[in-house]
This record gives sequence, structure tokens and C-alpha cells, in this order.
Amino acid sequence: MSSNILDQVTQSDYKYGFTTDIETDIIPIGLSEEVVRLISAKKNEPEWMLEFRLKAYRHWLTMKLPTWAHLTIPDIDYQSIAYYAAPRKNAPQSLDEVDPELLKTFEKLGIPLEERMSLSGMAVDAVMDSVSVKTTFKDSLAEMGIIFCSFSEAVEHHPDLVQKYMSSVVPYTDNFFATLNCAVFSDGSFVYIPKGVRCPMELSTYFRINAINTGQFERTLIIADEDSYVSYLEGCTAPMRDENQLHAAIVEIVAMKNAQVKYSTVQNWYPGDKNGKGGIYNFVTKRGICKGDNSKISWTQVETGSAITWKYPSCILLGDNSSAEFYSVAVTNHHQQADTGTKMLHIGKNTSSHILSKGISAGQSHNSYRGLVRINPKAENARNFSQCDSLLLGDKCGAHTFPYLEVNNDSAIVEHEATTSKINEDQIFYCNQRGISTENAVGLIVNGYAKEVLNQLPMEFAVEAQKLLQITLEGSVG
Amino acid sequence: MLQIKNLHANINGKEILKGLDLTVRPGEIHAIMGPNGAGKSTLASVLTGNQAFEVTKGEVTFYGKNLLELSPENRSHEGIFLSFQYPVEIPGVSMVNFMRSALNEHRKYKNLEPLSATDFLRTMREKKELVEMDNKLANRSVNEGFSGGEKKRNEIFQMAMLDPRLSILDETDSGLDIDALRIVANGVNKLKRPDNASIVITHYQRLLDYIVPDFVHVLYNGRIVKSGGKELAYELEERGYDWIKKEVEEAP
Repeated sequence: MSSNILDQVTQSDYKYGFTTDIETDIIPIGLSEEVVRLISAKKNEPEWMLEFRLKAYRHWLTMKLPTWAHLTIPDIDYQSIAYYAAPRKNAPQSLDEVDPELLKTFEKLGIPLEERMSLSGMAVDAVMDSVSVKTTFKDSLAEMGIIFCSFSEAVEHHPDLVQKYMSSVVPYTDNFFATLNCAVFSDGSFVYIPKGVRCPMELSTYFRINAINTGQFERTLIIADEDSYVSYLEGCTAPMRDENQLHAAIVEIVAMKNAQVKYSTVQNWYPGDKNGKGGIYNFVTKRGICKGDNSKISWTQVETGSAITWKYPSCILLGDNSSAEFYSVAVTNHHQQADTGTKMLHIGKNTSSHILSKGISAGQSHNSYRGLVRINPKAENARNFSQCDSLLLGDKCGAHTFPYLEVNNDSAIVEHEATTSKINEDQIFYCNQRGISTENAVGLIVNGYAKEVLNQLPMEFAVEAQKLLQITLEGSVG
Repeated sequence: MLQIKNLHANINGKEILKGLDLTVRPGEIHAIMGPNGAGKSTLASVLTGNQAFEVTKGEVTFYGKNLLELSPENRSHEGIFLSFQYPVEIPGVSMVNFMRSALNEHRKYKNLEPLSATDFLRTMREKKELVEMDNKLANRSVNEGFSGGEKKRNEIFQMAMLDPRLSILDETDSGLDIDALRIVANGVNKLKRPDNASIVITHYQRLLDYIVPDFVHVLYNGRIVKSGGKELAYELEERGYDWIKKEVEEAP
């Protein structure tokens, strides 16, 4: 009976699937040392940056695609991708100089690029393909000593900070996709919060892939100096295309003594159609380090998009009494695949970490949680609590949990809980009988299930994420 | 309001209802009794549109509309309510959210604006008192961890919230102690009006001491084989169902 109803699965529209018709400066496809030099030259980078890229590129040539993830990754032809694409009218000084087509694009996506229009108290860095289009509230934030700009600008204006911290959390040799990013990364956001400053507004970056046949390789670096606080949001979408596009990003966070960083993502890259055609390959390396004592890093992610997601926002708990959190909702439908989770590396004393992962699988998708908790020998009194729940819609999808524990100190207390549940026909019928349509019933149940994670998101995002969960699963259960 | 003519229905290819006829008018309470496996719960499922059952023959109209063509949620919007024999648990969904979604979808069907939060909460409070439901229950997830009695009370609470034209109570008395039974029955009696009706499905006469029916029907082998007033229920209690089975089998 249930499969009967599940066969009625309909494809909901991916409402961000439009393309912007804009003149784009795009380099020829292919990857070589020449291309790496060309990207660096396009961005007028200093010599040290080019050296860094080349070092990474040469190392990448020696690496192989990792195969440990529970994913079926088709062969990716790295020579068929264009590694740099930029809207031609670039680096505007004011909003008047931004191409109106670009403004319209971000307006359509609900991203305010006009400061006076922004009521939500959110500063935005908008990145289209390989470049940052516009960063809002830059000046008012600068008055407090906060640096919020595109990565390219940071390389130009704050080379000391970039050189000191870039690649200090994710080394250029880290993994296949991170190394590739180090060689060809384009743009991204840079944040520095000075000592004792509490950032008064949410900072956010919005990533948009527009150009065809290009990969997006952005990197973000967030540094929270002593006693500071920042909440950072990241959103992303892409047009609907039949071919797959590669996205390989790096996010690095450094939290100094008593600093607190909250990083929230709503990932909504194009997931491909219901037959599994097209969609973004999302291979992302995100890592933070609680460098100083009493520091705290919190990751919250809502993963609904991408054909393949390979992503493990992690934390190195170096400072004593530091703490880290990972809250995740990952939804897969149709033929999507996700292998996502976190790593918590306890090094300092009295460190604690909390993992809450909620996987939702529908259609013929596969959804895996993969997490590592490592307690180093000197990490006295470390605490970890992990909870990994899976919710299944229908009987053709898969949910998997791969928790790894490495405890090397007897004083540690590590707890792990896991549950698997299913939305069943009886629950749906019960809702129907009360007058609630099937779509809304699934929405209610899924949002109820993901509530604890959604509650971690900033207000505007939480509402958006709730709607997104419902849209993503539209028609996935009868 | 409700007319069932020659209704036949299957589950997994097995015929359960074999030509059932029933007419319900506003203001009436009909009790449906019968031995296990007679098709009592099937009738409730078919009337509310449970897709596990397939209607093979017959017609059902509700205020002139062909009920069998309506989706389960639209049948609810039209005013048909089922108090489930086994209410389902929905973890993570609070009663408040659940009821608010349900009520607002009902209002949308009638082209009414959604209820304001204040009005909604006031309605919740009033109806909770009607079934003597604990405040705490309303803040919990739908039926999660509720005792048997709490679940049944919650069904009647939802019935009060949605104010149906026809309520079907499927074995509402099963698993209830005498106090819970009294509270549930009181709720049902308070909701009775000249313009609504109830079908009370029960195995025992016990519930009918509290909810007094206008008609009692005996369902046996997929058909209503005997109808009468409330005294029929007492007769069944005393004599069991065997004499009816015999009557049916001996009929020409």
C-alpha cells in the first residue's frame, strides 16, 4: 500500500532554479598550473598567494579521491570544469555601480543588498560564481573595528591577518577537495572581530552559482579575537541544469580566548531532478578551532540541497574549558546522497562537545551520519554527548550511522544515542482525518522532528528553513 | 445527512462489507454493535476514506455529496469526524500545533481567515474543560506517552475543537475504566445538538448506559441484519449474538 502511494511522488519545483543573463568573464575549461596562475593574475594577487596556490596544486596532483564515504561518486572530469567565472562589471564602489541584473538576481533570492532596505539587521556579502558582488554594512561595522569583506579584499587590505590564519585550521594538504580549493579558490568572505567586540548584527554570505560548466570554490575565514562574539549565516542556491556542477569550499574559524562563534548554514544547492539528473556535488571542508581557553564554536546546518553532500563541520577543542556544538538536519529526497557529520577533537582540559544530528531520507536517497569523537590522552575530564536520529519516509531510501569513538583518557564521559523512525501511513491518515492535507502533515511531522535543531537558527533563518524542509519533501509521502 | 446504500468494501482482496445500508438524520445517535470481525471498524474506515480499503460497490452520500469521491481531509472539512479506536502517536508535533493546523485548514475550506493566536488559545481552553483534559496534555506531542484513557479523552477533545456534523466513535469505550468512560461520554453528550449526529460503534452495551442511542443496529457478516431501539442493546447483552447469527443463517 505504501509503495503504491509513494509512486505518486511528484517533483516539487526548485524555486531558485532560474539563471541570470549577464555578461560573464569566464576562463576556458581545464586545470593546469597555467590556470592556477591565471586565476591568481585575474585577482591581482601578491606573490605569496600564488606560491600557496601552486604548492597546493602540485600536492593535489599526487592525491586520490577518497572512497571511504557512503556515497556513489561518479567520475568527475576535472579538465571539463571552468575554474573562474565572474560577472563582467566587477568590484563596484557603490550600489549604483552594481549591474541591475545582479541586484535583481539577489532580490529574487530574497537577499537585501540595499542597506536602507534591510530591516533584519543583517550584513550581507553576496558572492556570484567566483567573485563577491557586494558587501553591505561594511563601513558601519568598520567603525567598531570589525572587518567584513570579500576574501579578495582581505588579501589586498589585510594580508597580515590572512597570512597568519589562512590554512591554519585546514592545512593545504588536508584532503583531496580542500587541496583543490587551495589551488583554485576564487572568492568568499573574511571576518575579523576585534578583542572585546560583540558583533551587533548577523553577518551573512550568500553564494550563488550562475555560470554554466563552472565550479565554485570559495573560502571563508572567520577570526574571533579574545572576548568577542559573532553569529554568521551562510546560504546558497544554483540554477537547475542537467549537468552536475562541482562546489568545493573551505570554511575556517578561529576562536580565541573567551570568544564565541556561531555559524549557521542553510544549504540549498540545486539537488538535481527527480530522476537524479543534474545537481551540485557539494564537497566542503569546514573546521573551527577553539584556540583559547573558554572559547566556543557552534555549527548549525540545514542541508536540503545538492545531488551529493560530503561535509563534516568539525572542531578542534584546544583551549581548556572550550566547548563545541554541532546541530544538523540533513534531508535527502529522490536520488540525493548525503554523507555528513562532524569531528570533535578534544585536546584541552574540561572540554565538552555536543552533537545532535537529524537525518531525514525520502525517495530513493541515501543519508549517512558520520562522526568522530576523539579524546586525546591529555584531555582531562572531556565530555561528549551525541545523538543521531534518522527519519525514513517510504521504504526505498536508506539511513546509515557511522559513529567513531576514540577515547584515550579514562576521565572522559562519552555518550551516544541513536534512533531510527518512520513516518507511517497511520500517522498521515490520522492527520488527514483531522483535515490536515498530506503535504502539511509531512511538514508538521518533519518540522517537529527537526525542532531542536531549527531552534538553534537565528529567527529569520528558522522560518525560512521550516518552509524549505516542507518544500524539499513535497510529495515524498502519500 | 448520511445515506449508505448497498455498500461493499474489500481489504487486501477480502470482502468485509457486503451490502450495507444505513441512513442517519440530524439529531440522531446510532449505535452499531456486532461480533468481532463483523465489519464495524471497516465501516468507520471506509466512511473516512482510509485508502487501505477499497469500495467495490454501492454509494454513500453526505448532505447530497458523493462522499466516496472526497479525499480524507475534505471529508473532515465537510464535518465527518472519527474518534479512532487506536489513536496514533505523532512524536515532536505538539497538540497545539496539530490542532491549529487542523482548525485552520477547516477554516480555509470554508473561506475563513485563520484564527488569531488569542482566539485559538481561548477555544482550546474552553474545549479542554469540556473533556476535563489536563493542561499538560495539550502541551505534549500528539498522543505521545498518553495512557489509554488520555488518548480517548484527547479524541473527544479534538472532536469538540472541530465541531463535526457527524462523529463516528469507534470502540471509544475499549480500554477505559469506569471514570474515564463517564468523562468521555459526558463530553459526547455535551456536544450533542439537534443539527449533528453520531455513530457509536461498540462491542458492549456498557457505553450505551452513558450515551443513549436512538437506534441500535446489529452488524454481522458485512451487513446490518437487525435494527431496533435502545432495548435491542440490552437484549444483545443478555443473549449474546448467537441467536442473531442463527436467525440470519436460517433466513431464506
